Amino acid sequence: MHEMALCEGIIEIVEEEARRRSFSKVKTVCLEIGALSYVAPEAMKLSFAAVAARTIADGASLEIVGSPGLAWCMACSISVEIARRCEPCPRCGSYQLQVTAGEEMRVKELEID
Amino acid sequence: MDCAADPAGLTIAGMSSERVIQIGRDILCRNDRVAADNRARFLADDMLVFNLVSSPGAGKTSLLVRAVSELKQSWRLGVIEGDQQTSNDAERIRATGVPAIQINTGKGCHLDAAMVSEAYRRLPPLKRGILFIENVGNLVCPAAFDLGEACKIVVLSTTEGEDKPLKYPEMFAASSLMLINKIDLARLVDFDLGQTVEYARRVNPGIEVLTISARTGEGFAALYAWIGKQAADQTHPVGGTAP
Repeated sequence: MHEMALCEGIIEIVEEEARRRSFSKVKTVCLEIGALSYVAPEAMKLSFAAVAARTIADGASLEIVGSPGLAWCMACSISVEIARRCEPCPRCGSYQLQVTAGEEMRVKELEID
Repeated sequence: MDCAADPAGLTIAGMSSERVIQIGRDILCRNDRVAADNRARFLADDMLVFNLVSSPGAGKTSLLVRAVSELKQSWRLGVIEGDQQTSNDAERIRATGVPAIQINTGKGCHLDAAMVSEAYRRLPPLKRGILFIENVGNLVCPAAFDLGEACKIVVLSTTEGEDKPLKYPEMFAASSLMLINKIDLARLVDFDLGQTVEYARRVNPGIEVLTISARTGEGFAALYAWIGKQAADQTHPVGGTAP
């Protein structure tokens, strides 16, 4: 359950931003989670409620915006979209893929009061 | 939620006083910062650092016990052991005469960069040597947490089956070397080496592969040659800049 540790990282970022920008209540935390990242969104939502309790983000809702997995196919010499790491190139079927995007795990934005 | 932003990073949502502020920060930014500090420290100390990852029972500790026993004549060595509970692994390493620090993560399922920073400070001072970090046995979470290592080595044992790289692709994608341990048992368990390598290269076309047996010592000479090459690359990196 590394989602717990990730949620602790989210709360740290939110608390730092709150100090820096002087806000005291967070209504929504919006994450950008890539398709090839290490996060299970459902586990993230469960963990978030527990970790956020009694912090500035207590009761805040968690929104997750996905971003696609992209890889460079060495055989086709083009960028292709993949949903999972073990997928072949959708054009040529080769596994000679270099992942270029989709590993993002970011706090994208906050809705504050 | 309105995701549009003005240049000040603020948007006004409807008539209320609610605001949406743009953040754009990596969730793991603090771990990554500490990992970067660790990496700088390891390079300053001329230490080559490997992060060993595997599922529980793949034989990481047994292979380390053999490796440090045989490498200690030619290298200064240190070991950081990660487990949820017990100091059994560090004790097995210390029995070889090589210093080892045990980290107990409690309920934590992975080592993070701050734990390694603290453990490295507790080791006797090391220069121009090799540090092995044995991560918590887990093929999921440790993939996401950079510790400041030169590279990850994933250990897969023949008794686990060929399709682990497909089941846990992130870990195999994050590793530079796959060590296939318990190769002495391959025939007993009908292990298909070619299939395993093919699966691993589906998720990481560049992964290197060595077969070993921590029990018999088979394949360790090739492992030491690989380590020697990593040490040469770190000291004299291709292109002239440190990684």
